[in-house]
Amino acid sequence: MTSARLSTLATLRDRIERIEAQGDVLQPRRASLGHAEADAALQGGLAMGAVHEVFTDAGRQSAAATGFVAGLAGRVAPRRPLLWIRQDFCEREAGALSMSGLAELGLDPRGLVTVRTTDVEATLRASADALACDALGVVVLEVWGETQKLDLVASRKLTLAAQASGVTALVLRVAASPQPSTAETRWIVRAAHSPPSASWAAWGAPIFDAELVRNRHGLNGRWIMEWKCDERLFTEPAADSQPLAATPAHRPHQAQSRDQSVFKRSGYRFA
Amino acid sequence: MPDDGAPSIVVIKENNALQIYSLDEAASKLGLTVGLPLANARAICPYLDVFDADEALDAKTLSDIADWCDRFTPLVALDPPHGLFLDITGCAHLFGGEAAMLRLVSDLLTIQGFAVSAAIAANPVCARTLNRHVHGRIVGHGEEADAVGPLPVSALGASEAITVGLRRAGLKTIADVAARGRHEITARFGSAFTTLLAQALGQGDCPISPRKPLPDYITEKRFAEPVATDGAIMTALSSLAAMLVAALDRHGKGARRLEASFFRTDGIVRTLTVDTGQPVTKAEVIDRLLRERLDALADPLDPGFGFDLVRLAASRSEIVVQEQRDLDAHVHDNDELAALIDRLSARLGTRRVLVHLPQDTHLPERAVLPVPAQQHLTAATTAAWPERAEGEPPLRPLRLFDRPEEILVIAQVPDGPPARFVWRRATHLVVRAEGPERIAMEWWRAGGDALTRDYFRVEDEAGLRFWVYRDGLYEREIEQQDGKPVQPHWFMHGLFA
Repeated sequence: MTSARLSTLATLRDRIERIEAQGDVLQPRRASLGHAEADAALQGGLAMGAVHEVFTDAGRQSAAATGFVAGLAGRVAPRRPLLWIRQDFCEREAGALSMSGLAELGLDPRGLVTVRTTDVEATLRASADALACDALGVVVLEVWGETQKLDLVASRKLTLAAQASGVTALVLRVAASPQPSTAETRWIVRAAHSPPSASWAAWGAPIFDAELVRNRHGLNGRWIMEWKCDERLFTEPAADSQPLAATPAHRPHQAQSRDQSVFKRSGYRFA
Repeated sequence: MPDDGAPSIVVIKENNALQIYSLDEAASKLGLTVGLPLANARAICPYLDVFDADEALDAKTLSDIADWCDRFTPLVALDPPHGLFLDITGCAHLFGGEAAMLRLVSDLLTIQGFAVSAAIAANPVCARTLNRHVHGRIVGHGEEADAVGPLPVSALGASEAITVGLRRAGLKTIADVAARGRHEITARFGSAFTTLLAQALGQGDCPISPRKPLPDYITEKRFAEPVATDGAIMTALSSLAAMLVAALDRHGKGARRLEASFFRTDGIVRTLTVDTGQPVTKAEVIDRLLRERLDALADPLDPGFGFDLVRLAASRSEIVVQEQRDLDAHVHDNDELAALIDRLSARLGTRRVLVHLPQDTHLPERAVLPVPAQQHLTAATTAAWPERAEGEPPLRPLRLFDRPEEILVIAQVPDGPPARFVWRRATHLVVRAEGPERIAMEWWRAGGDALTRDYFRVEDEAGLRFWVYRDGLYEREIEQQDGKPVQPHWFMHGLFA
């Protein structure tokens, strides 16, 4: 069987699926994150075959954002290869991605291929190529700083490529502010405190303050998510045994998500 | 060489005197010879044009001519200082026979301004002996002894002492020398000369060492009118790729390394190399990889007046294992990933597409080795990474600095964790700390007397988690000098998620 025939078969199968499903909208498959509220806002989980953006405002938070993206990648495609495209500058500023660190988070470093590029242009070209290859599960783009090149046009190209092949794209923008784009979801991630616990208890599990600022098919929200390295999923952070008076920085975020739920799904879009 | 009628010579300084290194026809007609001191030469002929020898430039020119001769045969060897060996086995018919090829090569070189003396023989030493004496001899297999016999002994190219010694012994021609017994010649002139003689007579093998290894498959296209446009070049490469794939297919092989050579009309040759991780059997893949490489060239291909020969060679090929595939097989996933890696490596360079292999060392910065993905993809997918401890939070940071950055720390002496530290001009107040994790340097390696490190996992008041270490143990490793309190150095090595 030549690959041309295989791809024709795949396209035909796709079309039959769509006809059978009486497709109104092509439902993307979703990967649940494990965090009940986040999954509810995401209509069951993170959409696969789409582009998702993760922003951080300060360069110091880059490790937290990297951890969050690694967690998302681990949920979306745990057994398929992962391609991580990174600008050289990110390595100099925030350090290289450590395989032992990834292994500690529960991901498999055997499936990771790293591509180092010099500038944003090369990153975009490499990601366009990578998104065309459907053997991958997830492609992560890591870009540092503000740039004009990741505009609506570029983002639309990435979205189309991701939809065609079914590969999920996660764009990690460090030290940048959100711009209009065709991403499925947009997150702003910061590091969150470890929950107060006894001094002899183990601490240090990755905890993120993840704010979903744009969601094409659902509500926004802000949650504290803990990544469980053994089970490889996001959960609510464990409630501590001694409830302490929360300082403003520790305030749980339920209040904020209640505000967001006022906005109904139909017709309202967050830019 | 300037052509104004005056004889020209090239001089070189030898033994503190300027001697003639080479001369042109007009000078040799006047009776000048190689090795004559310059003063004598000037005495014989006052109006000489004298040039300084530049051996480095000569060598480079010879190398350029060898590149140019690549268009006739891929096996070209240098014969310093001024000669080239071309192995034309199997190529001569492409140029209309041996005589026609000899004429073509000499004419083309003469047009470029060189004085050429060429000869064809079954043995390189025999050919060299012939062309030292006269230009244009073609000697078939078995006729070497007859052809070389009448030549004077100086044509053999042995050292000055041996040639003079042969003349003194009354051996004027090579046939005379050959008539003598081997043992006599060896006893008087050495076994190296006997080997040289045997090779010149066609006995014994004398392999040449070509500059580049012979590729497995070569396809080339010559243009009557030189091409300079990108479109024409790409079309030529596409048709060559199709021919190459057909040739490879006949033997069930795929190409692992491709070389595209572009020969300009003025003699300059430019070669591009593309490596692939898996054997390539499709013409459009070759096309694509070459296009990526051409687009990514730092200095673009400059055709000058045009290319008159484009060659595509597979310098490394491998047998392709054919596998039965099911209808919706994911067997070809690995091949697709390898193809993507090939494409990205062709564009960005092999050092920029990496996979990682675990190393057996407890030093955190050496625990992982990044290697090019093209060659090590299978090794990386089957590597054995150390298991993580269940129930423990991550003990190694997600981001690791290549060079740990120095930080200023306030900590309890001697083994306490940091209470506050300054990193990149920002102060962080430590809320929790865990440690120390003591990692000693590898004392069994050279330079292994570096200081032991005490690693701490710390979290600051903003929730960021860091991996810092103190370089050196207080009592045992850091010496106190002259009663001054010693300052240990603390470093930031990584960031946790």
